[in-house]
Amino acid sequence: MASVTLRDIRKTYPGGFDAIKGIGFDIPDGQFCVLVGPSGCGKSTLLRMVAGLETVTSGEVDIGGRVVNHVEPADRDIAMVFQNYALYPHMTVYNNMAYGLRNRGMPKDEIDSRVREAAKTLELATMLDRKPRQLSGGQRQRVAMGRAIVRQPKVFLFDEPLSNLDAKLRVAMRVEIRKLQRRLKTTSIYVTHDQLEAMTLADILVVMNGGVVEQIGSPLDIYGKPRTTFVASFIGAPPMNLIRLRDDALSAIAAGTGAGILGVRPEDLVLADAAPEGGIALDLTVETIERVGAETYLYGSRTGREATVSSTPGELPEGEMIVRIPGLEAPTIGTQIRAVAPRDKLHLFSADGRTRIES
Amino acid sequence: MVEHRRWNDIVAYLVLTLGVLLVVFPVYVALIASTHDAATVVNGNMPMLPGGHALENYYRAIFVGGSRASREPVGHMLINSFIMAMGIALGKIFISILSAYAVVYFRFPFRKTAFWIIFITLMLPVEVRIYPTYKVIADLKMLDTYGGLILPLIASATGTLLFRQFFMTIPDELLEASRIDGAGPYRFFKDTLLPLSVTTMAALFVIQFIYGWNQYLWPLLITTQDSMQTIVTGIKKMLTTTDELAEWQLAMATAILAMLPPVAVVIFMQRLFVRGLVETEK
Repeated sequence: MASVTLRDIRKTYPGGFDAIKGIGFDIPDGQFCVLVGPSGCGKSTLLRMVAGLETVTSGEVDIGGRVVNHVEPADRDIAMVFQNYALYPHMTVYNNMAYGLRNRGMPKDEIDSRVREAAKTLELATMLDRKPRQLSGGQRQRVAMGRAIVRQPKVFLFDEPLSNLDAKLRVAMRVEIRKLQRRLKTTSIYVTHDQLEAMTLADILVVMNGGVVEQIGSPLDIYGKPRTTFVASFIGAPPMNLIRLRDDALSAIAAGTGAGILGVRPEDLVLADAAPEGGIALDLTVETIERVGAETYLYGSRTGREATVSSTPGELPEGEMIVRIPGLEAPTIGTQIRAVAPRDKLHLFSADGRTRIES
Repeated sequence: MVEHRRWNDIVAYLVLTLGVLLVVFPVYVALIASTHDAATVVNGNMPMLPGGHALENYYRAIFVGGSRASREPVGHMLINSFIMAMGIALGKIFISILSAYAVVYFRFPFRKTAFWIIFITLMLPVEVRIYPTYKVIADLKMLDTYGGLILPLIASATGTLLFRQFFMTIPDELLEASRIDGAGPYRFFKDTLLPLSVTTMAALFVIQFIYGWNQYLWPLLITTQDSMQTIVTGIKKMLTTTDELAEWQLAMATAILAMLPPVAVVIFMQRLFVRGLVETEK
């Protein structure tokens, strides 16, 4: 059991590329921290620095009160689960789990009891004699987890562990990982690019972009009050609609705040004839309809064609808006609709998208 | 092509059969010749059916030698050849896997240079460097020794390249997982790399064993005593006679004997190949 503290971590690769540009935060003991961001944002690099697989250019990695910058991975008291599982293909499931313990010179019966207990927890008890290739993807993932559990480390590190699984299994394993972590109360750092995984797993969510932290907080805080337009469009699916404010009716909302960008989540827009007091109304032409079962997404372009801010993940073309409505009833394509949102559901950002403006 | 045309099949089989006959016929002749007595073989009309002197010929070839006193029995040559081929194959596997491990997994100054120096030896087979190599072996007093037969043929890059290519296909995560599991360089090599390399080692073993077995020029050059001769050079010596008829039936028996170990190695190792192919993953 230990907390993890990162102090002004930087990573510069020999070619001069700055992968991590100064990151520092605390993960208290027993918390589940998720690093989320688009590919190339440095989240995996950061995790690998905690693991000791990458050197730290400057700053300190502190695990349980000990600075481990120059400590070998094996001596950091961590365990890691890799994206491609990294199981030893020539060893049985049992040996895959026992290998790390044997290397530490643990007594045989202690190893045996740990491995069998982990296997029981992960429902692998009947597969201990198999080799990894005889297992399904989900089972291999469990073995990789088992290899981490038997170590009883201070910190679990997960590097996109579910991205090689199919969608259904991914959800199931996500729930299992969370349950397991709650039970073991082991401090965990989990890297993913899937915002849904991030939202559901995290105690502490760290949104990263371009080698810096965009925002740290609880998932719901980040969802409710994104600090930048990047976070706003990255967290939440479908992403938040972002509208650059110009000289028109909408600008009145932000009058006097200095805001340049207005954001509103698709689920906060409702179809109605008139805007609520102090709220906004958007006139849209329906262009595409996506029915996903319980709800329907309407993609429309604004009459007058205001352009949205193109955020880095850039899910939306300029000028397109998404409205999320419950049920399957939807206006036909090509019709005009009016979507409205109350004042308290609106998010305001500075014109460069880097600052949130509270009003 | 999933189509099955009967005529295509017939033509294909015909061509293949012809090819096989072409290759097998001389071997068959050798086999037949090794079962007749000297007079039958020499008179010019080779019979196409086995004769009755097989046991006698093979016994003489292996244990007694030719009718003249200077002719060594083949049994000893077989052992020499076997030691040489094994030494070359095993030695090569040993140094190749170690050097490939160093080149792929360790960061040291002049790593690239080291690799290229190893690579360059590909352009220098024994035949090219034969004089300097002979000089070195002679100065080391290794003429007429197994060491002298084996060492110069171990030094070349084929094995290193083979292992390097294989190591580069092993995912980095496996090394990282090993590091987290507390396995140092030696343990990673022994516990992970070696078991994964078994099929590559088997392939290299087959190639190198046959390469070593078939060496002719080098053993001919550095062995002067009959007791150090290999079987390949031995066959040749059997046929160079000055004032009497070559004992063809013994030469043929020797040739057949010389063929057997490489064939055995291929057959035995083939099982390993197939098993390896089935078991290999990632």
